[in-house]
Amino acid sequence: MKKYEYTEKKDTRSGFGAGIAELGKTHPNVVALTADLAGSLKLEAFIKDNPERFVQCGIAEANMIGVSAGLTIGGHIPFATTFANFATGRVYDQIRQSVAYSNKNVKICASHAGVTLGEDGATHQILEDLGMMKMLPNMTVINPCDYNQTKAATIAIADHVGPVYLRFGRPVIPVFTPADQKFEIGKAWTVNEGSDVSIFCTGHLVWESIKAGEILAAEGIEADIINIHTIKPLDEEAILASVKKTGCAVSAEEHMISGGLGDSVAHVLAQNFPAPLEYVGVHDTFGESGTPDQLMQKYGLTADKIVEQVKKVMGRK
Amino acid sequence: MELEQLEHIATAVRRDIVRMVAAVNSGHPGGSLGCTDFLVALYFDIMKLKKDADGTPIFDMDGRDEDLFFLSNGHISPVFYSVLARAGYFSLDELSTFRKLNSRLQGHPTTAEHLPGIRIASGSLGQGLSVASGAAYSKKLNGDTNHVYVLMGDGEQQEGQVWEAAQFAPNKKLGNLTAVIDFNHAQIDGKTDYVNNNRDLGAKYRAFGWHVDEMQGNDMADVIKTLKKAQEDPDVPTLILMHTEMGFGVDYMVGSYKWHGVAPNAEQLTQALNQLPLSVGYSDY
Repeated sequence: MKKYEYTEKKDTRSGFGAGIAELGKTHPNVVALTADLAGSLKLEAFIKDNPERFVQCGIAEANMIGVSAGLTIGGHIPFATTFANFATGRVYDQIRQSVAYSNKNVKICASHAGVTLGEDGATHQILEDLGMMKMLPNMTVINPCDYNQTKAATIAIADHVGPVYLRFGRPVIPVFTPADQKFEIGKAWTVNEGSDVSIFCTGHLVWESIKAGEILAAEGIEADIINIHTIKPLDEEAILASVKKTGCAVSAEEHMISGGLGDSVAHVLAQNFPAPLEYVGVHDTFGESGTPDQLMQKYGLTADKIVEQVKKVMGRK
Repeated sequence: MELEQLEHIATAVRRDIVRMVAAVNSGHPGGSLGCTDFLVALYFDIMKLKKDADGTPIFDMDGRDEDLFFLSNGHISPVFYSVLARAGYFSLDELSTFRKLNSRLQGHPTTAEHLPGIRIASGSLGQGLSVASGAAYSKKLNGDTNHVYVLMGDGEQQEGQVWEAAQFAPNKKLGNLTAVIDFNHAQIDGKTDYVNNNRDLGAKYRAFGWHVDEMQGNDMADVIKTLKKAQEDPDVPTLILMHTEMGFGVDYMVGSYKWHGVAPNAEQLTQALNQLPLSVGYSDY
């Protein structure tokens, strides 16, 4: 198992803030919008440097999505920001008609996704957002794994023409990807090469997958660990190449199992190379209040759970 | 353009509307007929549009350095399509494909089929004022002094998003935005006053910080006069309550909400066309 080290812990949303601050300097047509959550989305640096390109919409997410669609007419690249729950479920129809169906160059940037939002509880902990967004034609869906990758993804989507859903979170987690990485939309990143089992992971669960890989390696099991940062378009080639090598797979995500990355992987395997698959994710339930660590434990979003599912799926080979 | 000529165009458009809807036995004639004068005035007299040397409109999605129109109540697509075709955005013949398989003229307008003249999909109500506000904001950022227009229905005012946008536009000083409400007091399930009374729409928009005006939407001279007046304040958006009659021009449709989304049969079509005689120099599609 390749060794991954981290020197600090940072939140992925700060990676977004750093990325959009950078875009403020390089992309004169990038506009940032928010619905009363500029601080939560770490927009301070962008606002300080580009006050005229910041649009405070107030607590009115539906309008923010429509205004974003309108801003593209005239050549602007709007980054519409709020919590993931309000950025998707609350405004699904607005995104569907004014952004996705109209194929507008809007970047929907969603923070505080998943149970790691913590103490606010289930009303704010959306676990269905990846599913809703990946079902929309024209929509690109990205779920990066740490601060550096979120920053790189934020910069990359500005140059991608078309609607994008970019999802990130609130807790501080290890920063382990290189600061100078190139982010390629739709191209999975192989974290570790192994031939016993494939672990397809995304977002906060990538670090847990690395920890799981180390536990497994100590027991003589080498996992092929692949970071699927782009949920759509899915890197089917990477998924198939890995499973053809290993013969079984585990998916790991901080999302409802139904509709998430695991579902996408299952679809690719069923169509091309049927192989045993086990899931790590949330099973048809809402979240609750608690610390991020407690919630990750309770809902089985941990390295230990990944190890457990790996052993289960290897037994089914 | 001369008033008389605009009225001749409006009659040709009204003939298009009833024929398009009757041809597929589906679509929304009532609101389309009521808003015909407004759309004709907008595209043939009011808006500054990009055109080439021979007067053909040049269409691009960005719409920089020209006035823009957004249709929020997308179900009145027949009038929008007819006016766009007659203004030269696409061939008049294409109107015969309305609501048919593989057509660019979908039941509700969309950008997906790349029909020139359309910059946003609409059909699910309540979104147009937000989009138009974004486009107006975009023009301000670009230093583009052209104007943005949006048409909404009065029933549509029941959607909450409209009021989010109603707060936004004056707060962002979008004086380059004019919103028009088709105030015909009718929606699918009946009179608007009965379904969910809008009460005093003008007072509401005024309270949010808009200039509010009214016009007789089926009086071409009044439409032109009022729209011209709407651009005077650079910092305050204008809301116009446009009094129209649903089905204007076809006597059996006038004032009846039943003609919101129902097509005339063959006999009713003949009756309608007899009431809308073409002027010399104008033809059907």
